[in-house]
Amino acid sequence: MTGALRTAVRPVRMAWRRLTSMRTALILLFLLAVAAVPGSILPQRPLNPTKTSSYIASHGGWGTFLDRIGLFDVFGSVWFAAIYLLLFVSLIGCLIPRIRLHARAMVRKPLPAPRNLNRLPENGRVEVADSAEAYAAIARRTLGRRWRVTRREEPGGTITLSAEKGYSRETGNLIFHIALLSALVLIAVGKLYSYQGSIIVNQGDGFCNTVAQYDSWNPGRFASEGKVSPAPFCIDKLTKFTATYTDTGEASKFAADVTYRPNVHAKEKKTTITVNHPLRLEGDRVYLINHGFAPQVTIRMPDGSIVHDTQSFVPTDATTFLSEGAFKEPGRTGAKQDVGISGIFAPTPENTPSGIASTSPQVKNPVLAIFVYVGDLNQDGLPQSVYSLDTSKMTKIGAVNLSIGQSKKFANGVSVTFDGWVPWASLQVSHDPTQGFLLIAAVAMVVGLLGSLGVRRRRVWLRITPAVDAPDRSPTVVSVGGLARSDSGNFSTEFTALLKRLREASVPTRESVAAGRE
Amino acid sequence: MAGINGSMAHLSDSLFTTAIAVYAVAMVGYTAEYAFGRKGRIAATVPVSARELVGAGGPPSTLDAPPAADPPRSAADRIGRWSFAITVFGALIHASSIVVRATAVDAVPWSNMYEFASVAGLVGVIAFIALLWRLPAIRHLGGVILLPVILLMFLAGTVFYSKAQPLVPALQSYWLAIHVTLVSIAEGALMTSAVLTGLFLVKQRYDRISVEPGFKPGSLAALASRLPDGNVLDKAAYRIVAFAFPLYTVAIICGAIWAEAAWGRYWGWDPKETWAFIVWVIYACYLHARATAGMKGRWAAWVNLAGFGAIIFNFVIVNMVISGLHSYAGLN
Ligand code: HEM
Repeated sequence: MTGALRTAVRPVRMAWRRLTSMRTALILLFLLAVAAVPGSILPQRPLNPTKTSSYIASHGGWGTFLDRIGLFDVFGSVWFAAIYLLLFVSLIGCLIPRIRLHARAMVRKPLPAPRNLNRLPENGRVEVADSAEAYAAIARRTLGRRWRVTRREEPGGTITLSAEKGYSRETGNLIFHIALLSALVLIAVGKLYSYQGSIIVNQGDGFCNTVAQYDSWNPGRFASEGKVSPAPFCIDKLTKFTATYTDTGEASKFAADVTYRPNVHAKEKKTTITVNHPLRLEGDRVYLINHGFAPQVTIRMPDGSIVHDTQSFVPTDATTFLSEGAFKEPGRTGAKQDVGISGIFAPTPENTPSGIASTSPQVKNPVLAIFVYVGDLNQDGLPQSVYSLDTSKMTKIGAVNLSIGQSKKFANGVSVTFDGWVPWASLQVSHDPTQGFLLIAAVAMVVGLLGSLGVRRRRVWLRITPAVDAPDRSPTVVSVGGLARSDSGNFSTEFTALLKRLREASVPTRESVAAGRE
Repeated sequence: MAGINGSMAHLSDSLFTTAIAVYAVAMVGYTAEYAFGRKGRIAATVPVSARELVGAGGPPSTLDAPPAADPPRSAADRIGRWSFAITVFGALIHASSIVVRATAVDAVPWSNMYEFASVAGLVGVIAFIALLWRLPAIRHLGGVILLPVILLMFLAGTVFYSKAQPLVPALQSYWLAIHVTLVSIAEGALMTSAVLTGLFLVKQRYDRISVEPGFKPGSLAALASRLPDGNVLDKAAYRIVAFAFPLYTVAIICGAIWAEAAWGRYWGWDPKETWAFIVWVIYACYLHARATAGMKGRWAAWVNLAGFGAIIFNFVIVNMVISGLHSYAGLN
C-alpha cells in the first residue's frame, strides 16, 4: 500500500523538485521578461481602449486572434498570471529549505579545518615564538569580533581555529526574496481593494467621493462588489485653477486651489493641488490630472425662455488646447424644439483656411466657434458623449465665431451669447490601501540586495602546531588557509592583509621574518 | 519660473562637442597602444597561475597587480598613459558640460534623451576609469570601451539633440533628479559591463578554437590574443552588474514613487515602465545564471548582452517609436 502511495507521490515530488530548482526559476524569469514585450508594443486596452479597438478593427482576423489570446491586455491575461504564479510557487518552494538551512548554518559552528590548508586558494604560513596555546588566543583577538571563530584541538597539542564571516550575504539574499514575495502579494491585494475615480470639475464646482458622481470609475474586484466603500470626503469647491506659462509659452505650473472636508463632519479646509503634489487624505489621494476650458453661453430658446450654460470642452490638441464640446438644451418634451450647439473653443484664436485654430494654450481674446441645431437631441437612445451632438434628428440653423460678449440671432427665435469661460480641472481620486506597505517591502528588497551582492562569504582556518621535540624557544608553526565562497570582491587582498596582521600580532621568529609569505 | 540662460546653454553645447573630440583623441591613442604595445602580449602570455585554477570562484589575483617584472617603459606604454590622462581630461570637460547645462536650465539636466545620453556616457567613461584602476592590464583596450561612448554621444548631439528647455510641470520633482540620475548611472555602468562581456565572449571563443588544429588567426584573434584571461573579464563584468543592479532597483522604485505623485499610480505598464521591468528581470536572470551550475560563463554572458540590448531598446525604440506617458524625449 505504502509502495503504491510512494509510486503515486513520486512524480509529484519530481515535479515539485523540478519547479523549485534554480534552473526553472531562471527559465520562468526569462519567460516573464519575454511575455512583457507585447505589452509594450501592442496597444493595451486598460491604457488606451480607443487605440486598441481601432487597432483590432484595422487588422481584421489577425486583430481578433490577438485579442482572443489576450495580447491587448497582457498584464491581465491568463498566461501572464500563470507565469508569475509559477514563479511565485517556485520562489516559495526554494525559499523554505533555504531559510531552514541558513537558520541551521547561523547556529552551527564553522566547519573544521581541512587536512591540508596549503591546497586552499589562499594560504600562507607564519612562524611565531609563542606557545600554541598563547598564539591561539592572540590569533582570535587579531581576527576580531566580525569573524565567527571556533577552536578545536587535534591530537598532539595542535589547535585549529575555524573562522567564518559574511553570513549576511545569505541573510540579505533571503530578505530580498521574501520581500519580493511580499511585494507581489501586496500588489495583488492592493489591486483587489483599490479604486480610481476621475471627474472633471469646473472652477466654482465641487464633488463628493461617491461612485455616482464620477465621470469614470475603475474599481478593483472588492470595490466593485461593494466590499470597499469610498471614503466619505468632499472636494467642496474648486475655487481657482491657475495655469502659469513661461515667456516662450511653455507650461510651467498648474495649480488647483480647493476647499475640502476630509469627512462629512469635519471643518472645511483649504489646499492647493499641483501636478506633483496630490492632496493626501486618509486612504485616498486626489490628483490634478488635466485641465481645460469651459465656455459659458446664454441661449434664448425657441419658446423665448433663457438658459445659461457652462460646459467643459475637451482639448483636441495637446499643445494649443484647441477644444471641442457641445451644449445640449432640451426644450419641452416631444416638441422637437431642443437646441444643440457643437462648438470649438480657441484660447488664442487664429483663422486658417480650414477654420478656426489656436496658436497657444494661453487665453488671449478667445473665440467660440459654434454650429447651432434645432430639433430632437435624441437623448433617450444610446448614451451619448457629452462632448458631441447627435445631429441625426436636428437641422442646422447657422454657424458663427463669437468673441466674448458677442451674440448672434438665428432662425426660430434662437440666439446665442458667448459670455466668457472658466477653467476646469480633471481630478482623479485613487485608493490603494497597500501601497505604503509596498514601499516598505521595496526598501527591504534593496537592503537585502545590498547584503546579497555586497557581502562576501569567506572562511579562514588556522592550524597552530607546536614544534614537538624542540628546545623551549622553538617556533610554533601556523598554517593559514582561506576560501571565499562568492566571487565578488577581492578576497586575495583581504587575505594578504589578514596574514600580515596575524604575523605582526605575535613575537616573530627570525626565520619567519626572512621567509615572508609563502 | 526661471527662463533659460542662452549663453550658458551654448557654452554647454561647445563643451559637449569638445569632450567628444577629446575622447576621440584618447581612443586613437589607445588604439595606437594596442597596435604597437607589448603589454597586451604580456598579458596574453602570462600563464594562468595555478592558484587561479584552484580558486575558480576566487578573485582575479594575478592580473590585478602589474606584471611582476615591469619592462622599461616603451613608446606604446607612454602613449597609453597619455591616452588615459586625455580620457580623464575629456571626462572633466564632459562633466562641466553637464554642470553648465544644469545651471542654464536651473534644474538637473537630464529631462530629455540628449541630456540623459550625455550623463550615461559620462558614467560609462568614469566606470572605465575606475576599472583601469583595478585592472590596468586592459588599458590598451580603452578604444573598445570609448567607441560606444563616442557613438552614443555623437547620436546624442545629432539625432537626440534638443535645446535647453525648462521642465514641464510633471517633471518638476526632485524624484526626477534622483530617478534619472540613478538610471543613467546604472545604465552607464551596465554599458561597460556589456563591453567586457562582449570581450569575454571573444576571448572564450578564441581560447576554444585557437587550440584546434588548423587554426588560422584572423583579426578578432589578434584582439583576443591580447585580452586578459577570460575569468578576469567575466568577473569584472559581474562585479559591475553587482554594483549596478541594486542601483537600478532603487532607480525603478524612485520612478514608481514619482509616478505615484505625478500620475496617480505607482505602476501602470506604460511602455517605458514595461521595458524597465524587462531590463530588471533580464539582469536578475543574469545573476541567477551566474549562480547556477552549468549556466555560468557563456550562457550568462549572453543574458548580460540581452539585458543591455533591452536597455538600448528602451532608450531608442521606446523613446522614438512607441509613445507613452514618458514621451518627454524632447524630440518633437
Ligand atoms: C521573481 C523572481 C526572482 C527574482 C527577481 C530574483 C532575484 C534574485 C537576485 C537579484 C539575486 C541576487 C544574485 C546574487 O546574489 O548573486 C538572487 C539570488 C538567488 N536567487 Fe533569486 N530571484 C527570483 C526568484 C528565485 C527563485 C524562484 C529561486 C529558486 C528557485 C531563486 C533562487 C535564488 C538563489 C539560490 C540565489 C542565490 C545565488 C547566489 O547567492 O549566488 N530566486 N535572486
